[in-house]
Amino acid sequence: MNPAHYLYLSALLFTIGAAGMLLRRNAIVMFMCVELMLNAGNLAFVTFARMHGQLDGQAVAFFTMVVAACEVVVGLSIIVAIFRTRRNADVDESHLLRH
Amino acid sequence: MPTILLLTIALPLAGAVILLLGGRATDRWGHLLACAAVVASFACSAALFAHLLHLPAEERVVVHTLFSWVPVGALKVDFGLQLDALSMCFVLLITGVGALIHFYSIGYMAHDPDRRRFFAYLNLFVAAMLLLVLADNYLGLYTGWEGVGLASYLLIGFWSYKPSAAAAAKKAFIVNRVGDMGLAIALMVLFNAVGSVNFSTVFAAAPQLSDGTLTAVGLLLLLGACGKSAQVPLQSWLGDAMEGPTPVSALIHAATMVTAGVYLIVRSGPVFNLAPVAQTAVVTVGAVTLLFGAIIGCAKDDIKKALAASTMSQIGYMVLAAGLGPAGYAVAILHLLTHGFFKAGLFLGAGSVMHGMNDETDMRRYGGLRSLMPITFVTFGLGYLAIIGVPPFAGFFSKDAIIESAVNAGGLRGWLLGGAALLGAAITAFYMTRVMLLTFFGERRWEAPLGAGEATGEGTSNHPHESPASMTAPMVVLAIGSVGAGAVLAIGGRLQTWLEPVVGSHEADHVVPPWVTTVLALVAVAVGVLIAYRRYAAEVPRTAPQDVSALTVAARRDLYGDAINEAVFMRGGRQITRAMVAVDDTAIDGSVSGATAGVRRIADALRGMQTGYARSYALSMLAGTGLFIGAVLIAAAWR
Amino acid sequence: MNAEAVAFWVLGTVAVVGAVGVVAAPKAVYSALSLASTMIALAVIYAAQGALFLGVVQVVVYTGAVMMLFLFVLMLIGVDSAQSLTETIRGQRIAAVLAGLGFGALLIAGIGAGVTGGFVGLDKANGAGNVQGLAQLIFTRNLWAFELTSALLITAALGAMVLAHRERLEPRKTQREMAIERFRDGGRATPQPNPGVYARRNAVDTMARLPDGSDAKSSVSATIRGPQTDPAQ
Repeated sequence: MNPAHYLYLSALLFTIGAAGMLLRRNAIVMFMCVELMLNAGNLAFVTFARMHGQLDGQAVAFFTMVVAACEVVVGLSIIVAIFRTRRNADVDESHLLRH
Repeated sequence: MPTILLLTIALPLAGAVILLLGGRATDRWGHLLACAAVVASFACSAALFAHLLHLPAEERVVVHTLFSWVPVGALKVDFGLQLDALSMCFVLLITGVGALIHFYSIGYMAHDPDRRRFFAYLNLFVAAMLLLVLADNYLGLYTGWEGVGLASYLLIGFWSYKPSAAAAAKKAFIVNRVGDMGLAIALMVLFNAVGSVNFSTVFAAAPQLSDGTLTAVGLLLLLGACGKSAQVPLQSWLGDAMEGPTPVSALIHAATMVTAGVYLIVRSGPVFNLAPVAQTAVVTVGAVTLLFGAIIGCAKDDIKKALAASTMSQIGYMVLAAGLGPAGYAVAILHLLTHGFFKAGLFLGAGSVMHGMNDETDMRRYGGLRSLMPITFVTFGLGYLAIIGVPPFAGFFSKDAIIESAVNAGGLRGWLLGGAALLGAAITAFYMTRVMLLTFFGERRWEAPLGAGEATGEGTSNHPHESPASMTAPMVVLAIGSVGAGAVLAIGGRLQTWLEPVVGSHEADHVVPPWVTTVLALVAVAVGVLIAYRRYAAEVPRTAPQDVSALTVAARRDLYGDAINEAVFMRGGRQITRAMVAVDDTAIDGSVSGATAGVRRIADALRGMQTGYARSYALSMLAGTGLFIGAVLIAAAWR
Repeated sequence: MNAEAVAFWVLGTVAVVGAVGVVAAPKAVYSALSLASTMIALAVIYAAQGALFLGVVQVVVYTGAVMMLFLFVLMLIGVDSAQSLTETIRGQRIAAVLAGLGFGALLIAGIGAGVTGGFVGLDKANGAGNVQGLAQLIFTRNLWAFELTSALLITAALGAMVLAHRERLEPRKTQREMAIERFRDGGRATPQPNPGVYARRNAVDTMARLPDGSDAKSSVSATIRGPQTDPAQ
């Protein structure tokens, strides 16, 4: 097992998450794709930590998880607040800031 | 002495400044101050003349350097004045005739509310002309040159509310500018070749310059002289310059400013002596112009325009003589001085006639004035005799000397130039006799014709009268000059000897004995007078007849001088300007507005990227990140 | 083929399938559950890589708390709104697929070019235990980051409260008022019947029987019931 495999997996997950962000319209599902990307990043960090034989990668992954949790909290409450006004979780509905 | 030299210029200049800055407050005594300034300047020049007479011939120079004027890099020009034999003649002429004309103007402009301004400009002119002849370097001469051009513009357009006067002033200035270009470029060539524009330095270095440089300088100086002296091809402004008041015509366009060109050529003698090509050009211009002006003068009915054509022709004589080299310089100056007397006198006389005839200038409306304006008639008549060259009046000596020098040039050249000069003398006699006959003799055409009654209303209100003493006195003085100046200056070669230190001497080798040319000249004059008498002593039509020969039509139209200028330069220039404007509009303006339009189009195209959808923005972010990673990979692979 | 390789391939497949499920599932709840499965697979991978603490935290915090939070919000916001498959932005699908493929290819190329070594292994680093080693790092070298992230957590909690707060614009309805309102419009006095009562089955989706033997539609939640075609209901 060499690190490249894990990193390929991480890259693949990240790409799927990025594509999902572009393809899905539901705000919550888009958010889930963001979480997917963050997780892919965490996997890469853990792999690096094992690669170098130091725990720094794991510490960074830890902090990423903390920050992701905060982000989810605030992001979801925003979505809830927006939903209350619009009755709709479609991201494409807010497109007025255009040319 | 140097202080007096400075005062000669400074007094008229101060007069001009005081009168211009003082404004209306100086209206009551302005004319007197101006006259006093010029008289004082004449007194200074008389003192300087006395001083020079006491000095031996080789040392007859008064030099005064005022300050370092243009110390720029390699060009070091000092504001210096130099009075030698040549400039002494001019200084006396300018201040003397100028003073007389100032006195004349007191009476002539008595009814004009702007009289004070007129005198200020006259003083300015005198100061500038004195600077022109007294400068010791070409740059100072150029300053004076421009100054007299400015004064001429201001004075021709003095009655600026008249559109014709304003246009004439502009025309004079612009045509002079063409000549000034020649003078300016000559300065540049001299500085480039010699490194200085000082007369002494340039003339000392002249023998070392190449033929090309000398010829170029000569031709350029000739161009400048043509502009100022109204020679062909820059002659079209002099006729229109008669729009100015008559004293202006007398002072500027007869005696002084138009002679500045001759001064330039004579002063630059050392350069011309070494450039035979330029000298040939000079004599050609002189010969052509003297015939040109004479032919035009025959067809003009306006008395001032006839005299202006005469001036053009007489200066042609002077230029012809100046182009003959050392043999002709003194002769040219002799004619210049005598011409100053009699032409100024003729113009003042014309002004007097106009003053008496209610400012009417058409000679076909004159006639039989000799009994009504006797002093004017006598002074004008003496000037007339002088100009046609009747001995022993002034013009006889000077004109005869020119014809002689022309013939003595030798070979085909001599015959051509001499022939032209003789023919010119005949035509001069013709048209001047015509002017005399139309004005002072014959039927009184300004009265109603016999038996016509009040219905025609032809000039019945004219009461011609003699002019006041303030006007006739200067005319008398000038008439005395017309009578005696020639004899005084020419007999015994006095002027020749006086000018020798400056222009050099030349032993005249006579191709024909001198009495032959004198007799030929007198015959030519007699022929001209006779033909004119035959035609004009009898009935003169009151309006100009229309069925005349082609030459007369051409002469009436200034030998198509204006028409040629218009067709060649004006139309061509207008085409060029129109093309430039078109280029400016389409190319330059177009490129600017095209740039803005292009930016606009690009911005409109880029605007499409702002769709408002978050997902398309996310797409562009992903694409951008991809490009970035690609760039990093390529950079890494390159290394 | 050692144990780790087997684990990697199996778990990797699960993770990828889950990720594709997140993107492709028509219903939002399916996406959430797919993401949860991906996260659990990743947690096991962490544990296999020597990040034991992180694996547990992944399950407890990420899957347990964060994904459940997602599900709660989904329930609040419209659990039955299915995504229409038509794409509103022109060319977005193709562009997204192309961009994704290109991006992925670049990443993989970059990784392939950059990663050359092998694993050093965490035996030495985990010598005193994974938790201890991690704590060593967090509380000494990365203390500042730790403090900041705790401040961030507090801020996030406050932010959530502020954002989700709704100002009460009218006086609160008392229970008496609510009851009056309910009965004015002809509402039920009794609670809904439980599903599956009086019947052979105890399932949530089995309808209760009315006294005349017919099914009581109101005993099963409308969500589970699904759209009814019978207009009489």
